[in-house]
Order: sequence, then C-alpha cells, then structure tokens
Amino acid sequence: MIDPSIGLPLPRVDGRAKVTGAAQYAAEFNQPNQVYAVVVNSTVGLGRIAAIDAAAATGMPGVVAILSHLNAPRLPYHEHRAFVDPAIGERLHVLQDDQVRFFGHPVAVVIAETLDQAEHAAAAMRISYAAETPVVRLDAPGAVMIVPDAARKPSGRTIADGVRGDPDAAFAQATHQIDATYDIAREHHNPMEPHATVALWDGDHLTLWSKSQFVVNEAIEIAAVFGVPAEQVLVICPFIGGAFGAALRTWSHVTLAALAARHVGRPVKLVLSRRQMFYAVGHRPRTVQRVALAAAPDGRLAAIIHEGTAETSRYEQYIDALTTASAFLYACPNVRTTYRLVPLDSSTPTFMRGPGEASGIVALECAMDELAVALAMDPIELRLRNEPTVNEQNGLPFSSRSMRACYALGAARFGWERRDPRPRSMHDGRLLIGWGMAAATYPSSRAPANARARILADGTAEVETAASDMGPGTYTSMTQVAADALELAPADVRIRIGRSDFPPTPPHGGSMTMASVGSAVQAACLAARALAGGTNYRDIIARRGGEPIVAAASSARGDEQRRFSMNAFGAVFAEVAVDPDLCTVRVRRAVGAYGAGRIINPRLARSQCTGGMVGGIGMALMEQTVVDTRDGRPVNASMADYLVPVNLDVGSLDALFVDEDDPYVNPLGAKGIGEIAIVGMAPAIANAVFHATGQRVRDFPIRIEALLST
Amino acid sequence: MAAGSAALGVADLPTDAAGPQTAEIELIVNGRSRRLELDTRTSLLDALREHLQLTGTKKGCNQGACGACTVLLDGRRVNSCLTLALMHDGAHITTVEGLARGDALHPVQAAFIEHDGFQCGYCTPGQIMSAVACIAEGHTGSDDEIRAWMSGNICRCGAYPGIVAAVAQAARAG
Amino acid sequence: MHPFSFHAAATEQEAIAEAAAGGRYIAGGTTLVDLMREEVERPRRLIDINRLPLRDVHVQDDGLVIGALARMSDVARDPATAQVQPLIVDALVEGASPQIRNMASIGGNLLQRVRCSYFRTLDAPCNKRTPGSGCSAIGGANSGHALFGTSVHCVATHPSDLAVALVALDAVILTRGPGGARRFPVEALYRMPGETPHLEHTLEPGEMIVEIRVPHGSYARRARYLKVRDRASYEFAVVSVAVAMDIDGGIVRDVRLAAGGVGTMPWRLRGSEAVLTGRQSGRAAWRDAAERAIDGAQPLVGNHFKVELLRRTVVRALEMVGGAA
Ligand SMILES: Cc1cc2nc3c(=O)[nH]c(=O)nc-3n(C[C@H](O)[C@H](O)[C@H](O)COP(=O)(O)OP(=O)(O)OC[C@H]3O[C@@H](n4cnc5c(N)ncnc54)[C@H](O)[C@@H]3O)c2cc1C
Ligand code: SF4
Ligand code: FES
Ligand code: FES
Repeated sequence: MIDPSIGLPLPRVDGRAKVTGAAQYAAEFNQPNQVYAVVVNSTVGLGRIAAIDAAAATGMPGVVAILSHLNAPRLPYHEHRAFVDPAIGERLHVLQDDQVRFFGHPVAVVIAETLDQAEHAAAAMRISYAAETPVVRLDAPGAVMIVPDAARKPSGRTIADGVRGDPDAAFAQATHQIDATYDIAREHHNPMEPHATVALWDGDHLTLWSKSQFVVNEAIEIAAVFGVPAEQVLVICPFIGGAFGAALRTWSHVTLAALAARHVGRPVKLVLSRRQMFYAVGHRPRTVQRVALAAAPDGRLAAIIHEGTAETSRYEQYIDALTTASAFLYACPNVRTTYRLVPLDSSTPTFMRGPGEASGIVALECAMDELAVALAMDPIELRLRNEPTVNEQNGLPFSSRSMRACYALGAARFGWERRDPRPRSMHDGRLLIGWGMAAATYPSSRAPANARARILADGTAEVETAASDMGPGTYTSMTQVAADALELAPADVRIRIGRSDFPPTPPHGGSMTMASVGSAVQAACLAARALAGGTNYRDIIARRGGEPIVAAASSARGDEQRRFSMNAFGAVFAEVAVDPDLCTVRVRRAVGAYGAGRIINPRLARSQCTGGMVGGIGMALMEQTVVDTRDGRPVNASMADYLVPVNLDVGSLDALFVDEDDPYVNPLGAKGIGEIAIVGMAPAIANAVFHATGQRVRDFPIRIEALLST
Repeated sequence: MAAGSAALGVADLPTDAAGPQTAEIELIVNGRSRRLELDTRTSLLDALREHLQLTGTKKGCNQGACGACTVLLDGRRVNSCLTLALMHDGAHITTVEGLARGDALHPVQAAFIEHDGFQCGYCTPGQIMSAVACIAEGHTGSDDEIRAWMSGNICRCGAYPGIVAAVAQAARAG
Repeated sequence: MHPFSFHAAATEQEAIAEAAAGGRYIAGGTTLVDLMREEVERPRRLIDINRLPLRDVHVQDDGLVIGALARMSDVARDPATAQVQPLIVDALVEGASPQIRNMASIGGNLLQRVRCSYFRTLDAPCNKRTPGSGCSAIGGANSGHALFGTSVHCVATHPSDLAVALVALDAVILTRGPGGARRFPVEALYRMPGETPHLEHTLEPGEMIVEIRVPHGSYARRARYLKVRDRASYEFAVVSVAVAMDIDGGIVRDVRLAAGGVGTMPWRLRGSEAVLTGRQSGRAAWRDAAERAIDGAQPLVGNHFKVELLRRTVVRALEMVGGAA
C-alpha cells in the first residue's frame, strides 16, 4: 500500500528540466531549414494602408519573402468561436485588407534566412497610411458606452444589469454612505516568455510549436482560419513561460507564422518582440467603477450599487465578471450592478489573471474600507456583520464558504489585533506604516475534460491529456492525482500534456485545470485500475502477455452548478511602509488566507498564491500601460518602462489555507487557486496605503505621482 | 501625428558597412570550444540559442530589462542579449546547461527546486546564473541584500520568496 | 539591426584612427547594442575598445582616477573609491542591475542616450533622433520628462545616475582624439537640446573618453545619492539628488548638489549650494535650498509632480547627510 500523495508538498516533477534548461518552450523547437518571420505593425492608430513600398526590404540580403494584404492569399477564416473568444464580434483577420484598426495592427510579415536579416528588413518596410483620429480612452470625448450584448442575458456569469430590492432608495435613506469612483489602468500580462510559434507544413498537415494555454483550440482555430480539417493541425506546447491569460486565445501572429511557412515552403519561426507584446495579444481592460455603499450604524449593509465600465475593441466585445461578486460577497437586500463597455480603436482585451474579479473587487473592497472608516468600525468586523448565509443573488447555498475562517486565520497570522485603526498612527521611524485588508473571491467552475491512462509492462503509468502548465504545476499535481488513483508512487507516473492530439481539455485558465482535468485524470486512472482488476500491475500485465492497459475517461460537470454557488474565498492582509515625503510605497509583508477546497500540493499552492500576491503588488502600485491619447500608441511598451515588481519590491509573503472539505464542487474537492491568488491583494494594499497616510487614492496604480497629487 | 513612418529616422540610412559583415570566432561554452561563423550583428544570446542550440538561456525582452538571458561571461554575470557575440572571441561562457555535473545538480539548482523558486520556469535559468554569481560576489548577507542583488532578474510569476530562500540556502551551503 | 563591420582595436591610436574614419566606439554595448537593435543607432563600423588598458581605478594626490573602460561594478566595489568618494559608489549601485553594471563602462555610462520612448522607436516623430521631425513627448506622454534645460524641440531627461554624482563632484574628463588630448569638466560634456537636440555632447568625432578624475574635497566623505522611483530597483530615477557636504561646527562650509531625472543634462543645483554655504545646518537651511532648487522649473502637462518631488528629495537628501534637526 502506497501512501496517498495528494496533499503532500512534493517538489515539482519538472523541476529538474526547468533548472537545467532542458525544458523546451515554443521558440526553442528549432527546425532544420527554418527561416525567421518578423511582423510589421501599423504606426498609426486608425485608418487605411495607403501604400506599401517593400523595395528596399525585398532587396536585402537573406530576405525570402514579404507578405502584406497586397499579396497574401485570402484566407477562409471559417466561423469558429471557443469560449475564450468573445461571443460578440469577429476575431482580427490579418493581411486580408487595408484596414488599420489600432496602433500596432499587424500589416505585413517579413521572412528571411536569419533573425537579424528579418528584423532589419522589417525595419526597412515603408508603409504609408491614410490615418484617421482614433478614440483610445474610455473617457475621451468620442467614446460611447454600450450595453454588452452577450451580457444582456441574465443567466450568464457576466450580467449587464442585476438588481434586487430598491438600492437607490435604500442608499438615499441610509445613515452612512460611501459613493466613490475607482479607475484602474490598462495592464498587459507581460509573461516572461514572449509569444512564439514555429510553424511547419508537411503537405496540408501543419505542426505548430506554439505558446498556448489551449492547444486543442489553437489547432481548431488555425484549421478554421486556413480551411483545413482540424485533425490536420497539431499544436505542441509542453511548457509555457507564463501567460496569465495572454495565451488562452489564438492570436493573429499564429496565423502569420503558419501563413508565412506555407508561403515559403519552409519551417518558420515567429517570435513577438517585447514591444509587440503590447499590440495585439490582449490586455486587462482599463475599468472605471462607481461603488456606492450604504449602511446602518451597526454596519449592516443597506445598499450596494456597483456600476462598472470597461474598455473593449471596436471589433469584439470582451466581457468579464467585473461586477458579479458585488451581488453575493455580502448580505444586502438592495443591490444593483451594471456593466458597460466602451468600444475603442484598440485591440481586444482578454482574460488576465483573475479577470473581472481582480478589478471589480478592488472597487468593492476599497469602498468597504471607506465604509468601515465612515462607521468607525474595524474592517473585518464590518465584513463579519455582512456575512451572508446563502448566495443572495441566486438563492443557492454555497458549496462551502470559509470566509469567517479566512478572516480569523489571516488576522491571527498577520497580528491584526495590534492594529491602531487611526490613519497615520503607526510608524517605523520616519516611515508611515499602514495595515489594510480585503476579502477575495473567485468562482470555482469546471468544464468537460478528457484523459487517457496507460499502465505499462514495467508497472509504471503514463497519462496523456491536452492540458497545459504555465507555471502552477500541472505536471506535478496531475502526477499526484494519477498516483493516488492508481495507487502508484508518484515517481512511477509520467504526465504528458501540451499536445492537441491528446484527449481534449478546457483552456488552462480560470482556475479550473485541477477541477476539470484533475477529475478526468482521476477518472481515467480509476478506469485503468478497474480494468486491471488490481494494483499489482506488473504481474497483471505480464499475465496479459505484456499488453499495456489503456483507459480513457472524461469528466463532465454534474448538476452541482444548479445546486450550489461554488466559489473560493479569501482574506488578504498587507502591511505597507510609505515615505511621507517622497511618497514611495513598499509592501513589507502580506498574508493571504484562502478557503479553496482541497489543496493538492501545499508547496505549489503556496507558490501560486504568493505569486498572485506579487501580481497584486504590481496592480496596486506599478502596472499601467500608458496610451498616447493621440494615436493609441502604447508608450511604455518595454520591460524597462512597464513596471512590474522586482525582487526588492516584495517583502515576506505568506499564504495559508483553511481546511475545507467541499464534497460538492467536483470529485477532487479542489476549487482552484490561480485567480483568487491575485484578487484582494491590490485593495488590501490600497487600504493599507490609506491607513498609513490618510490619503484615499482611487486611481490605480498608486504611484509616487498619485500620492503626491492627492 | 504623422500619417506614415516613411520619413522618420531613416532618411539618413548609411550606405553599406565598410568591411566584412561576418566574422569567425571561438567561444568556450561550458568548457567546450565552439567555433562559429557569425553575422556581426549576432548577439551572444542568439549565438547560444539559434546557433549552438543552447536554448536554456532565455530571451525575455532583448533589451537588457529582464535578466532572462543572464549567463556568466568569464565568470561574471551579464545580459547576453545586450552584447555582441564577436566581442567575446575566446571568452568562457557558462550557461545553465553547464552547471550540473552529470546527474548531480549544482547546489543552486537543487535549492531552487527545494524552495520552489519558480513556476513557469522561463526566468529560471537567468535567475540561477544570477544567483550563482550573486553568491560568488558575496551579496547574500541578508534576505534584503539578496533581494537587492537579485533584482536584475524579473520573475513575472512572482516566485521571489522561493528565489530568496533558495539563494540564501545555497549561499549557506556553499 | 543595420549591418556593420567590426574591428577590435589593439591600441588607442588604432582605435582613434578608425573612429576618425567614421567608426563608432563600443564599450559595454548596453546602450549602443540596445539602440542598434531598434535601428535608432546605425553605425557602419564598430570599434571595440575593450582591449585598451583603460580600466584602472586608483587614488592619487589630487583625486580619484577612473579609467573610462572600468565597469560600473568594478568601481562600485573598489574600496578606495568607497573611501574617498562614497557618492560615486552610491550612484553606481543604484543604477541598472548587477548584470548591466558588470557590462557597462564608465565612459559609456556618461554617453548613454535618453530613455524617452519616442526616441527609442523609429515610428514616432523625434527631433533628437530625426532632426526636424517634431517632438512627440511635448504633446504626448511626458510624465518622465524634464523640468529644466528643455526647449520646444526636446524635453528628454539625461538618464545617467553616475553623471549626476560626477557633475556634483566637479569631476573632470580626459579625452584623446584626432585633435589631441583634452580635459574639461564632466558638466561641459553635455549640451542642452536647444535647437539641436540631436547633438548631446561636446566630443569631437573620434574623440575618446579615457579617464575621469574626481578631485578630493572636504565635502566628499559626507555624501549621499538619493534616488526616488516607483520600483525599488532596476528603474531609472523619477527624481534623484546627489549631495556632498562639509559641515563644521554646525555651519555648512562647502556643499555640492546636483539632481537627476529633472534636467536635459545632469543638473547641478548651484543656487541651492549658494543658499547653503555658510549657513547654519538644519531644516530651515534645507528647506530654503530645496525652494531654490525648484526655481525656474518648467513643468510639462504630465510632470508637474516632479517639481514638488524634487523639492522634497532635496530636503531629504540634505537631511540624510546633514541631519534632520
Ligand atoms: C534596462 C536598463 C536599465 C538601466 N538603468 C540605468 C540606471 O538606473 N542608471 C543609469 O545610470 N544607467 C542605467 N542604464 C544605462 C547603462 O548604465 C548604460 O547603458 C551604460 O552605462 C552604457 O555603458 P556601455 O559601456 O555599455 O556603453 P556603450 O553602449 O558601449 O556605449 C554608449 C555610447 O558611448 C560611446 N562610448 C562608449 N565608450 C566610450 C569612450 N570611452 N569614449 C567615447 N565614446 C564612448 C559609444 O560609442 C556609444 O555611443 C540602464 C540600461 C538598461 C539597458
Ligand atoms: S523629448 Fe526629445 S527624445 Fe523625446 S520625442 Fe521629444 S525630441 Fe525626441
Ligand atoms: S532578454 Fe536580456 S535582459 Fe531580457
Ligand atoms: S518562474 Fe515564471 S517568470 Fe519566473
């Protein structure tokens, strides 16, 4: 009998590959006879291509071909819409016409023998435009607010308008009111690995080594674009150098790589430059949110009004659950949420870690802090007084909700009871110290997934599934799930993922990999074990003449979605030190306590949560894509100018998990932690900044500039 | 703003460079001599990744702003994206592929696994090379000193707590 | 990157001759390679000067001597430098990253080019890169740009931390070139943009920086470089202030002050020095000096906050060196 490995802090099974440089990322699948493609991007923010002069570039040494709308073949672009794609609108088509929809729109691709040659020729392309003036900010004069079409239906996770009770009347009558507007800047994911695709055609079969969190869909999408059967496209991506949502959709550069490879009849490698990572591979939309809260003197919430507005592109309506949590995080009889979009001449935003909630809960939780101040009440106490017993939005019970335990555990570890509630009351020498907290939540969902388990003659097993690992540790946690299901030691299990011809899975995002894929892996392994009729696999297979035992299985949603509100919850505590004169803010320490169901691997879960907290530090204090208001240019499109936290920005971080046994959420009882890890950190920091300084900054990020001018 | 880019910054394109635009050099990579015929423009990073197929060293920004491309150049940590390969004829380069001795991981590599000093792993080779140098430089007196001297390596996954713990442990052990 | 040919110079004479014939020096390459990749810089021929024996750092009777090819990290960890000119060590360690400091030379650091994002891309008008094309920053994103020394043609800040310290310390540059050897204050290396923002320094074609000399001064040992930024490390200064001060019996005898992140060149604060010299040290003096420092600031739409930040940074830097009482 082998001890179960679920719950053990195993080191990563792919750790060795990653620390020795053996782990291969998309751009590293160099092919024989490969050429290099470099994308040329528009230098205006809206308009038409007037002329392309490729003469100089064409004549340069090494240049193999140059494609633009003038000579590129018309591509079928068959209808295909995965659930990572916006429900409304049409994906960007490239090199099909002369339209420029946003600054950095891909307008040509240059293919040359070497990277240096391709880059140089790309720089020599002379393209002139008939430019128009784009609308690039959601508060610009010409910007028009719309109701997102897909969110009009009240059934989805994202709703345009939700109301219960009479929030406006309740707000007007309450003794304590907060009415504030929060503005969160556009952010770019900026994973360390840039997007990359190596494309190889063999007849009408295409292989793509391509950075993707959703290899199955990437194959289908590219097949649809090129009008070939999906089985003829194979996408391979064993490792992802971070993505945070940026590689969920299949963006236009994948099409360009495949197109270039077909055109020149050779394998093509296309890697986006860091600047190009700011053009057309998605971003967290800027949001402007009004939150109005009203409460009785005892802190009981009388009204919650949350009106969220987010930017999108003109050609697609990206939506997320920006205001959804405001309808159920607290008990309140009168709630109104609205969600609006402002289409801009920009590329389409996309999911970025904690999409929706990460931004929406900044507004809600900062407003709760403002309310606590207005009530002269401890912010935890205020939240405890408004703990709901069911999800008041839909009346469903929570499958589990450990919010109280999170407050208690987090507060104890943080030492919250030593907090002096008065702003500017805590010091360390000259520095102002602030302690702030926020609640967090993120839905736990799952989607159908498949896996195949194969028990081999040597008694070890192999599991295949099309899932991905962008860093949370899919390889490791699936190893644990499979090992336990098969009653094998983890060392005797190999997980193979990241190929579109493996059993299909949902996208690696939305914190549902463990719930969905894990359940499928477990099911496949249990099926294989059942087939074997025992666990003495070596003998069993020997008796079968060495024939491996293979079982495939899928996991689907049960009816849990209809019976329960399923969410992870958390409480995040942060300490900041603010220099009162220079207005620099440093996060000295933070504690996050999460109720996230079963934790498969505490070592990995901890890393994932502290990593999300680092993302929250970026969101609160640094990250913003600066857009030139004249033409939509992302001005700070480099790692030196788009600031994300460096090591010295991060103090000590602690992630704690409350024991939570949730029998309903999925067979593994795991709620997923990738998203909730970032939710709550930014508002906890902002609230700490207020506590330190007495200044309430509602525009994010809170930089020196903001604190100096508030 | 201008309607097109044609006139910007390229009016004065120089005529062709004087002299040869390729060169033959020798790099001693992880102890092994490698001869290469390279375009003068080739960065040390591209020489490793595209010519020697040593893809352990990563390209994160190609602008000196992330540290993913960190290698040891004659024992010192540098960003290989911002230097030209042919400036280092005869130099010793150590990459992440050159740290382990057979099956035995370098103590820094082992510590990174033990402390889970990474998630996606893309910044990791750069972090590890930087850590090896950081320890050799003696900049590991405290966690804050490690943080400061490891700040030339950005980790977007935010694995900093594990990185600091790993460097501290490897420094103690070494 | 535009194609170029390459030559590693074995001697200074050879390097200078090559450069006089149109070659471009390359030292650490951390500015040049970066900008060549963007095709903002397009040298036809590179002259690698790293073999030249210009790396020595030592102290002599009249001051500290730093070879132009010494690496930032070498100078930063040089014990003699730390002893006689701690301000320089401070400014170096606060700059860039350990890796870049291992590569970047002192001469190259002084000649690094602006970080204005419109300059660093070919597709935006920029007078510095393409004379006459216009300045994108003035009507665009300019929160990082300068308060002092700007013109209607360019408002970019000089990014070097080291240069701020050297200008404060009255350091001198030694050069050799086709026209012989020269020696002049570091401050005189820089030009303000005026009508000709594409001309950033006063070196003649082919002229090579060979050495920096930093005179001893009674103020040198009580010195600090205070760099203020949104990220704790690996970021250029939003605002920085270099202070070196000699206080004797509570009286400021001699003081050197310069600011970074605010000027189109390293910005010496002579007015503030005058305010301080001979004054009783302490808060009142610091405040007056800071008030004087922001005199004449010409903020742009996006960088008003830097005026107040500069004022506060000057006060703080003076407190750090001269005490907060
Ligand atoms: C991401 C990043 C962050 C940075 N952060 C900072 C920072 O915070 N603070 C800071 O101060 N700097 C910072 N830097 C800039 C860095 O310090 C400079 O790039 C570096 O100092 C330049 O030195 P180098 O030897 O590499 O110069 P090179 O790139 O080799 O040369 C720069 C220029 O100087 C010329 N040149 C070089 N040596 C000589 C010589 N001896 N005589 C005549 N001409 C010469 C070259 O022809 C070229 O025009 C940063 C750079 C990067 C990439
Ligand atoms: S500020 Fe100077 S460098 Fe920047 S765009 Fe204007 S002219 Fe160019
Ligand atoms: S790739 Fe070299 S520093 Fe980012
Ligand atoms: S581990 Fe992903 S960037 Fe560091």
